[in-house]
Amino acid sequence: MPKDQLQGIQSEYDVIVIGSGLAGLTCANILGRMGRRVLVLEHHYQLGGMATWFRRKRGHIFDISLHGFPFGMVKSCKRYWNDDIASRIEPIRGIRFDNPQFSFETTYDRKDFTRILVERFQQPLERVEAFFDKARSFNFYDDDGTTTGQFLERCFPGRNDVHRLLMEPIAYANGSTLDDPALTFGIVFSNFMSKGVYIFKGGTDLMVGLMKKELIRNGVDVRIYSDVERVLVESGRVTGVVCNGRPIRARSVVSNANLRGTIQRLVGEEHFASDFLEKARKVRLSSSSCQVYMGLKPGESFDYLGDLFFTSTLDHFDSVALCAKDVTSRTFSCYYPDTRPGSDRYSIVSSTNANWDDWASLPPEEYEREKAKLIEDTICALERYLPDIRGKLDWIEAATPGTFSRYTKTVHGATFGTKFEGLSVSKAIPEQIAGLWHAGSVGIIMSGWLGTINYGVIVSNEVDSYLSRSNAVRATEEV
Amino acid sequence: MTRQEIRQAIIDILADIAPDEDTASLKDDVSLRDQLGLDSMDFLDIVMELRKRYNVEVPSSDYPQLATMTSCLDYLSPKMA
Repeated sequence: MPKDQLQGIQSEYDVIVIGSGLAGLTCANILGRMGRRVLVLEHHYQLGGMATWFRRKRGHIFDISLHGFPFGMVKSCKRYWNDDIASRIEPIRGIRFDNPQFSFETTYDRKDFTRILVERFQQPLERVEAFFDKARSFNFYDDDGTTTGQFLERCFPGRNDVHRLLMEPIAYANGSTLDDPALTFGIVFSNFMSKGVYIFKGGTDLMVGLMKKELIRNGVDVRIYSDVERVLVESGRVTGVVCNGRPIRARSVVSNANLRGTIQRLVGEEHFASDFLEKARKVRLSSSSCQVYMGLKPGESFDYLGDLFFTSTLDHFDSVALCAKDVTSRTFSCYYPDTRPGSDRYSIVSSTNANWDDWASLPPEEYEREKAKLIEDTICALERYLPDIRGKLDWIEAATPGTFSRYTKTVHGATFGTKFEGLSVSKAIPEQIAGLWHAGSVGIIMSGWLGTINYGVIVSNEVDSYLSRSNAVRATEEV
Repeated sequence: MTRQEIRQAIIDILADIAPDEDTASLKDDVSLRDQLGLDSMDFLDIVMELRKRYNVEVPSSDYPQLATMTSCLDYLSPKMA
């Protein structure tokens, strides 16, 4: 008989968190710390959701989404996790660009970008300052319909090269395009520009491991291999979940599963009002990704290439081309031995944005062929910068949208959650079903490590408030 | 709680949220956001701490009431009396 993963759990919880992405874990930690009885259920064999990693023989370890995040992570980790986790966040050294329009390295902060825009792109300082100030002034609640493309064109008319410089890294950070609302660009771009790009020293495995320890210290029950198949709802109110075939009672449920998966698969559309469903069905998922993981032989190395390297062979910037199966743009995340102090290993993860539909319909043989082509094309692209890299590689494999879908259960392998409209649908879920919340990558601004962590915080506040109120009701009833 | 006690309670919370800022010389009528460099997550923390420490509920529609110390006191006094 297989091991009972749910052995030792309590008969009822204040909160059950479905999924252990960074939003779910952060929400669980805050509520656990407040003394709530919390259970986290993760279907995979490790925690972290898309903040994940995998190991291969001969000591290889690959990070999926560590790439780089804004400085705000330090404050969020300090406040909602602990000092130890926050203290391991360090700035990356540099970000490099190489494409037919420009080629250089930057620290990716406002000061350096101002210099680059003035000196290299010949933009007047006042125009650059006005752009930064406007980008920083966007609020998530005032969408005036301006797209990122229109905003960039207004700020820097006719300068596709400048648009590329400003947009390409953001498109890789959250899957957004020039057609998405300007406010999503402004908020995320300004978060990065405030102090540059940071990384977790020690790797994703260390970070998630430390988070797990903190959760347990705060009394949170955590179970892996625990697949929630259903959220239980009775007369418009959450009563628990069904996990591995077994019902578990809960006063509230936070779904850190994909938004669409939460509504359609976990809860069921029959529990929602029709006008809500109409809005929910219109929520567009963000694009998916392909990645190629390359591990060097022990003892081999490569010269500094920047920590993040945005490359493209396309002569102009265009959001559609960024996801096309005929890949022209790649981002290389370069991991040097100091990523994991004590290690001597070098690895590179190449990421490209991708469309689910381009990969989902391929018959198995063609899928394998396309995957092999993706790997070969990636090595060729890398050889432009590191001519002898092929002979140094010890391990190479690829992930496609199907891979992301399989390990995270996200609908259509969406690696960045949903487009902007997903945020209001996500926030409206508790109005539909009492005691149910969604937390996770939505609305572009709530995606990425920092965005999801902060969304987890916002939801934990609402759950705590709900539990306090329902305690008050219980107490009154008992009197 | 008296108005003065509530003021101290808020100062204590702010000192935890912005440990590097000088909360002792806070001006009551200048926005907290500007004086202490607070962002929207910081305000959320204030709301969570008020609930935890004093069982006071601040719905999100009332967050603008927390803009300055004076507006905080006006808003919280009836709730924390």
